[in-house]
Amino acid sequence: MSEGGPRIPILKLGHLLLVTIQVDMHDRMAVTLQEDLTGRIVETGARGVLIDISGLELVDSFIGRMLADIAAMARVLDATTVVVGMRPAVAITLVELGLALPGVRTALTVERGMALLPGPGDTDFGNAREDERTGD
Amino acid sequence: MRARHVVRQLALDAGLRLIDQTKLVTAVSELARNTVVHGGGGRMSAGLLEQGGRSGVWALFEDEGPGISDIDQALQQGFTTGDGLGLGLGGAKRLVHEFSARSVPGEGTAVRVVSWR
Repeated sequence: MSEGGPRIPILKLGHLLLVTIQVDMHDRMAVTLQEDLTGRIVETGARGVLIDISGLELVDSFIGRMLADIAAMARVLDATTVVVGMRPAVAITLVELGLALPGVRTALTVERGMALLPGPGDTDFGNAREDERTGD
Repeated sequence: MRARHVVRQLALDAGLRLIDQTKLVTAVSELARNTVVHGGGGRMSAGLLEQGGRSGVWALFEDEGPGISDIDQALQQGFTTGDGLGLGLGGAKRLVHEFSARSVPGEGTAVRVVSWR
């Protein structure tokens, strides 16, 4: 059952998770997103999260706080968050607004963003079993 | 939030540059949020302005909330991730061309912003 609007989809992109925010977000959507993302990070063991905001025409303190909260929560779960696709007008506005985004890394493109995140070799996909290796 | 759409359209009509549009709509978003979060809900009115050949957009936010006892202080407050009274006021002020705020503790707050083309 949907809790107050459409859910923002979270895609598994190899060893990373990709979130694309395109719509105006309401408070409940933001909370739902954070909960969904926490669950997916734990479930997949993903160590990197990409948040694509190229569709956002503005980022205000609410969205800014959400991004900072997501980054903090992901870090607690040993995942790095990179925000990609910030529009120039948004970047300028954020600076003038004085909105620091602590713990939020940014990159211009998805490719550059992925370069900031752990590579596939660094990930174990939530398998808690120890290596079943015999010998030493 | 509908406030943003209304003001975005007005900004387009007035011919504001994209960066000024973005700043204005972001300021509107902050002020509308303040009205709801700190003011217990309020009203926004907005419209086009024409002055000496210049086009602009005005927006007025009014609430009957607790008010802000020291507006100057609220304006100087830096942006923190915690919630403070008047959070976003200083930031919003920087994003628009004209800014005025009036508040009476216990009665409410009114904030008016204008951005020109």
